[in-house]
Formats: sequence, C-alpha cells, structure tokens
Amino acid sequence: MHNTMGIILTGGKNNRLKELSLERSISAVPFGGKYRAIDFALSNMVNSGIRNIGIPTQYNFRSLMDHLGSGKEWDLDRKNDGLFIFPPYLSEYSSGWYRGTADAMYSNITFLKRSNEEFVVINQGYAVYNMIYNDMLEQHVDKDADITIACRYMHDFSQEELTHLGIIERDSEQRIIDFQEKPLNPKGNFASMGIYILKRKLLISLLEESAAHGYFEFVKDILIKKLNELRLYAYEFKGYWRPLTTIQLYYRANMELLNPEVRYELFVKNGKIFTKVKDEPPAKYNEEAVVKNSIIADGCIIEGHVENSIIFRGVKIKKGAAVKNSIIMQGSIVGENASLDNCILDKNVIISLGKQLNGDPNWPLIVGKGVTV
Amino acid sequence: MAKEIIALILAGGEGSRLGVLSKLLAKPAVLYGGKYRIIDFTLSNCINSGIDTVGVLTQYRPLQLNHHIGIGKPWDLDRMNGGVTILSPFTKQHKGEWYSGSADAVYQNIHYVEEQGAENVIILSGDHVYKMNYSLMLDFHKKNNADATISVINVKPEEASRYGIMSTTDDGKIYEFEEKPANPKSTLASMGVYLFKWPVLKELLVSDHQNEQSEHDFGKNIIPMLVQEKRSIWAYPFSGYWRDVGTIQSYWESNMDLVTRVPQFNLFDPFWKIYTPNPVKPAHYISDTGHVTRSIIAEGCMIYGHVRNSVIFPGVVIEKSALIEDSIIMSNSVVKSCSHIRRTIVGEKTTIGSNVATGVGEFAESRYNSKVYQTEITVIGSCSYIPDNTVIGCNVAIDNHVTADDFTSSEIPSGSFIMKGDEYGA
Repeated sequence: MHNTMGIILTGGKNNRLKELSLERSISAVPFGGKYRAIDFALSNMVNSGIRNIGIPTQYNFRSLMDHLGSGKEWDLDRKNDGLFIFPPYLSEYSSGWYRGTADAMYSNITFLKRSNEEFVVINQGYAVYNMIYNDMLEQHVDKDADITIACRYMHDFSQEELTHLGIIERDSEQRIIDFQEKPLNPKGNFASMGIYILKRKLLISLLEESAAHGYFEFVKDILIKKLNELRLYAYEFKGYWRPLTTIQLYYRANMELLNPEVRYELFVKNGKIFTKVKDEPPAKYNEEAVVKNSIIADGCIIEGHVENSIIFRGVKIKKGAAVKNSIIMQGSIVGENASLDNCILDKNVIISLGKQLNGDPNWPLIVGKGVTV
Repeated sequence: MAKEIIALILAGGEGSRLGVLSKLLAKPAVLYGGKYRIIDFTLSNCINSGIDTVGVLTQYRPLQLNHHIGIGKPWDLDRMNGGVTILSPFTKQHKGEWYSGSADAVYQNIHYVEEQGAENVIILSGDHVYKMNYSLMLDFHKKNNADATISVINVKPEEASRYGIMSTTDDGKIYEFEEKPANPKSTLASMGVYLFKWPVLKELLVSDHQNEQSEHDFGKNIIPMLVQEKRSIWAYPFSGYWRDVGTIQSYWESNMDLVTRVPQFNLFDPFWKIYTPNPVKPAHYISDTGHVTRSIIAEGCMIYGHVRNSVIFPGVVIEKSALIEDSIIMSNSVVKSCSHIRRTIVGEKTTIGSNVATGVGEFAESRYNSKVYQTEITVIGSCSYIPDNTVIGCNVAIDNHVTADDFTSSEIPSGSFIMKGDEYGA
C-alpha cells in the first residue's frame, strides 16, 4: 500500500473514560500491560505498508507526543515521509483549536496537499484491533467507491454501547443506504469502526467544501450529508475490535486479553503491535509469588498473589498483597498485605500496606495517576 | 573531531567451553539473563559511561552478532559522529589475514582508531557480565597521568591462578604482572578492561607485531611489555559483580544469581539500564494452571505449567503439567505437557516433546568432551527437537539442529551425547 497515506484521529475530550483521560488523550490510554491505545492503529498502518502518517491531536497530547517521539519504534523515523504530529496552532488562517475531526484535518490540509499518495486511510487512535487495510482498499477499488467505511457486526456490544456508535445500513452490493450517528434506538448492530478509505484528492475537496460552509465534523457534516451524492460502501471486518471509550469497554477489553484467542488475534495474526520500548529487565517472581490467569509485563517484581489481572511494566506487588480482577498500570506499587479487587490503578499509584480497595465488575474503582492510597 | 576516549570491544572469541551454546555463534552473542546477549552489558556500559564511539572486533561466527548490533540503535549508538562500527578481519593488498590474537586484532585496526582521533582507548571484552562506569576509570587514569590503567577485582586466593594477577604499590601503581601464575602473589585479578593512552598503545602494538615470538595477546604480551618497560601503569579497583561466564557451570550459576530475592547483580537499576534489541512481543501470560516462583520470565511467554528457580527468555511456551526447575530456557522454545526439565539449559527455538525428562539420575563423566561438559548440567542446543517420552540424564550434550531421526533410543543416559558435525550435517 505504498500509494496510501494515513491519518489517525486521536479524539477530543472524553468524559466517559473518567480519571484515565483527565490527563491524557484517549488515544494515549495505557492498555494490555505495555501498550497505549494508539499503538494498534499505528502498527496496523505500518503493517499494511503505509509509511506517511499524520496525527492531528489537541486534547492533552503531551503523553501522546512523548510516546510517539520520532516514530522510531514503528520504523517511521524516515527521511521521506514517516510520522507527522499536528498539534493545533494559531495563525492568520487557522482558528487555533480544532473544532471537530474535519476541522483537525482541514487545519493541516497542507500535509494532504504536499503528499502524493493516491489514497488516504483515516482511522481512530482509541480502538484496539489488528487489521491489515489491503483487503479493504482492494474492495474500495473494485467497487469504484468514493468512500469505504470499515464496519462490523457489534454482537458483542450492549444496547447502551451501540448508542455511541454509527449504525450502518447497506444494500446487497455493500453500498451504504443509511448512516445513523449515535442513534437513541439503534436499528441493528452493524456499525462503523471509524475507519475510512478515500482518494486523497477527494478528501481535500470535501474538507475544503465543509470548511467553506463552516462545518467541522467528518461524520456528521461530510459522510452523512453526502450519503446520497457519493458512493459510500461498507467493508465488513470480522475480527476483534474494541474502542476504549468508556470505563466498561476499557476494563472489558483488558480482561479479554486473558483469553488466548483474543491475544492471538490482537498480537500475532495480522502482524506485530509495536510500542515504545522501556528497556526493563524480565519480570521477577520471588518465592511467595502466586500468579494465576494474568498478564505480567517486563520490569515487574511479584511477591504476592495476582489473579485475573493485567500488570503493566515496572509494577511491584509486595508480599501478602492480593490483586484480583484488576488493571495495574506502569510503576505502581501494591504494598504488603494490601488487597485489590476490580480496581484500575493508573500509573505510579502507591497502595500502602494493608489497604483494601474493592470496585464492582461493572464499575471498577479507579485510582488516578500518582495517587498514594 | 578528536575524542577523549573510544572503546574497542574484543568480540571474536569462540567460547569453546560453552559447548553447543557457542557452537553456532560467538560467545558475546550467547543469550543471557532472560532477554540479553552477553555483549549487551559491555555495549550498555559504554553508552552509560558516555562513550559514543565503539569498535567491535569480530572473527568467530559473526553473523548473529552483526545482526544483533546492527547500526547500534538499541544502545543509541546510531550516530553521525562515532557510533558503533563492526571491525571484521579483511584482506589487504598482498594478503588477507585473520586476527591472530587480541593485540593483533587491534593492531590491524590502528587506522580505525586514528580516524576517530582518539586520545585514549579502552579495550574491553565482549564476553563479561558486569556493570561498570568507565568514565570513573578515565578520571583515575587522567589523575595519575597513566600510560595504561588496568581494572582489577579482588578474587579468592584459591581462584587467583586462573587470572592475570597484579602486584601493586599502596597507591595502586602496578610493578608486576603474571598471567595465570601457579603461585599468585596477590589476589588482584585483571578483568580484561584496559585503558591506554593511544600513542603508548600504538607504539606497543607496532613493536609486538614485529616480534615473531609473540602470541599477540593483551594478557600474555602487551601488559607484560608495559611492566617490563616500566611504564606508568595503574590498577583501578572495581568491586561490583563481574563474571566471565566462560564455562557451562559459571554461565548457569550467573543466570541463577538473577533469581535470588535481592540479586547481587541488579538489572532493575533505572540509571544504568541494560539495552538490547526489542523482541516486539506482548507481556507474558501465566494461566490458571501455571505456577511461577523464584524465576524471571520475559515478554511473550505463555506459562501453563510450573516454573521454579529458572530463567525463561521471550516467547517461550511451557505447557500444562510441565515442570521446569533450575533451568534456563532460551527464546521461542516450547516445552510440551508433562515434561520435567531439571538442571538443563535449552537453546533457542527448540521443542521438547511431551513427557520428556531431563537431568535424570546421577552425574557421569562426559563421553563427548569432559573438559567442556564437567558438571551435572545438561545442555540442549538451539533449533532442536526432543521426541516425546525421551529420558535424558545429567551432563548430557545435545547438539543444535537435532531432529527426531538423531535419536536412536528414548534413553539418553548421563554423560552421553548427540552430536551432528556442523549445522548442515556435514
């Protein structure tokens, strides 16, 4: 896919991820023991052969910038093309803050204009999935589509969760005949994954047109408005996909990693997932360690009990501590005899000795970054 | 631009006493400590000490080593000015020659050092495991205005005869050096870390090259020459963890040191990280049936069985009801169900079938090579396959690339071996 460039949208302010996105873009939320959400979208692009990738970002992007750096870990530190990060800026022609997804792309339209790839893949930085875009591009060309949208039967989502997605209706030729963004009463569960393929030149003209009319949203102001005018097609993706947009989805997707089939699909099947390297030593288990059904990253020192949990890099679980059904992010310390059930500890949390914290499986207890309990 | 100090790492060693572990690769490229290769320690020491120009002298089976080092990215040694350079033997106008010794290897690369404009050169060995700040040694070297500074470590008196032993004055000036003396006069052993003023070293190398009797070795020839010529040579004392993991036993012991509660050798130091290429694997998984104690486990592993007192490298799968004890399992190997691996080193990408037992029974002297295989530990090479139900004794040597056809019996008693010639079966 050397004639395809990529854009990763990183999402705006999100309240549904609570404390986890207070201080970071939702695309930078840590996931699965060592990753951040955006690693999946980015690695998928790299694994598909896309080498020219732009990332407009504005909401608390410091951790995202720090994570991506020069793109070294994704082999995107290149002389030609590579990784481009676009924070908002003020100028005579730009309004400063991005007012929507289309506005974010329009503000960086020079990037699109200076590139010379024929196609653009647009995807979202906050979803975890492992997908190669080549088949989708092939279908796009075969159908002579203007825009192809990756969609999926969301049979594994609750009715409430469906109301946050874009529900798609298509005809037998895969042409999209209806698109309802965040409907109150979803008709069916075939929904958009927020992944689009279109020609670069078409994207430029659509963005210019919507900007001229004062429109800022790619879905609402472009896709839905142009539904009858343009040839929009659905491409069905049958694999695993989770947007990390609510605490419940975030918690569920992490816990689903304990299933070997999900792990195989996410990390092996279509290509490797790259992330920033921390150069930690392998995890160390001391005499008293008891670990069952858990994911443990490098740099951890485990002396306590861990069950059904995801333990990120450099976490210390002290003697007599019991961690169950929890997600413990990088650098946190669970003190002696402390006990955690259904908890999410953000980075660098310290649970002092003997403390007990219990959440609910549907509403895990979140301890914010750097807090000492 | 002139550099105050550059490093040359001697990485051409065969490591013949590591048996099948170093049969297909140079000793510095042998895996160690759950994710590293031995040379990572020296390379990381260099960059952590602020040395950004490093020449790596290779000779014996360099493919794996070259691939590992690449352009030095993991160590931040991919530099415009300096960085890492692999220095392999090369042909010259009239003839080509191999490096005939450590000093000859450096002699043949004088042009590299000159090109870097180095004032001082530190000669390092790529097959030692330690963390050391060479910049402190450089300060010591400059303070004494030394021609050469040799890093020394205190060893046990009974082990002193295995090392190059220094005798020093109270303030650390060396007046005598003996390589592997029968009756050592002190316990200050050379660590194979030599810091020279480059003009001094160059002069010595040139005169050593002209000496036909010389073995062209730093320990045997260059250092004695320094002493003989009464140059200003100083002993720089080092007191941390330092191991020459040159034998199967010392290699195994040093890996096992890492699983103790508070290892003497701390890999968790955030200010002295050890770098290595990233295997790009997810965090490891321990299943409901898994049980891990007193062990280190790397990324990408899947543990369904029991592991204790062991070192497990990235991507290893330990199936249900398998038991791994006092063992080292290298990258991407698989141990199938119900196998019992005891006191065994298993190479990379090897598959151990189900219901296999290793380390069974009593020690017996190796019938293959009793100088190399001299302890209880059984060694299985890389890319090998051990058929189901095989019972393997202690001190057994099994080659790399062994297949089911190489097994004539399901019992391989202690002290026996399965060897294949070179990797193409010749």
